[in-house]
Amino acid sequence: MEIMFILIAISLAIVIFFLIAFIWAVKDGQFEDCHTPSIKILLDDQNPYKEESVK
Amino acid sequence: MKEETIYYDNVIVRNFAFATVLWGIVGMLVGIIVALQMPFPFLNFSQYLTFGRLRPLHTNAVIFAFVGNGIFMGLYYSLQRVCKTRMFSDALSKIHFWGWQGIIVAAAITLPLGLSSGKEYAELEWPIDIAITLIWVVFGLNLMGTIAKRRVHHMYVAVWFYLSYFFCGGNPSYFQLPGNPSIGFQKLFHICRSSRCLDAMVVWTQCRGIFPDHTLSRPDVLFLA
Repeated sequence: MEIMFILIAISLAIVIFFLIAFIWAVKDGQFEDCHTPSIKILLDDQNPYKEESVK
Repeated sequence: MKEETIYYDNVIVRNFAFATVLWGIVGMLVGIIVALQMPFPFLNFSQYLTFGRLRPLHTNAVIFAFVGNGIFMGLYYSLQRVCKTRMFSDALSKIHFWGWQGIIVAAAITLPLGLSSGKEYAELEWPIDIAITLIWVVFGLNLMGTIAKRRVHHMYVAVWFYLSYFFCGGNPSYFQLPGNPSIGFQKLFHICRSSRCLDAMVVWTQCRGIFPDHTLSRPDVLFLA
């Protein structure tokens, strides 16, 4: 049962990591506009980038 | 504004696609054999092809080989286009692909030989678990490197699911390691030696299951989980 110390520590570390990731995402503005990307991926023509593949 | 041409890596997608089809055929063929061995026990005609040995081969083949390659195929295709950039490293892509196929072949050899840990969906012996962990790290580096060098600021929602797949999808392998007394992991970390209790604790808390983890990367099938 002593493994629980390690397991809880790992779980806490994972939770803290996800919290940091969430705070980063909010600061970075990832949640500012969630509607446009869902439409944007359906529009091929508007890409100013040409898609090519090499090799 | 300068116009750029992006060269996506389609070779890796094609490779994973071939692998998906190949292992799909192999895995489901083994599944049919195993299914027939139940009403027709005479089909257990070789010690290497008994039901007990072929069943984990079928489950591992369809879960890791078929679905795994399929997920990687979809991921490599869509991630590049949604991030508007080629993969972070072509070398890592190749190592990921060939390493993964090597793991599958290792499973296909060791399981019919009877080398199994006996844990459902984690039957592969510990050297293969270590290989899975290494290849998973390679995949994670490639994934996160690509996201880091993306040309689109907003991370399309699927990218978050791919990240979660990296965190949750490979865990049956490296979380099996503490429970295995033969590789000295417990001695190394001064962990309690009652292996079975330790193993159960680790598995129940950390190995959240392959099926849910595979489906987390596929939000359209989340309803199945």
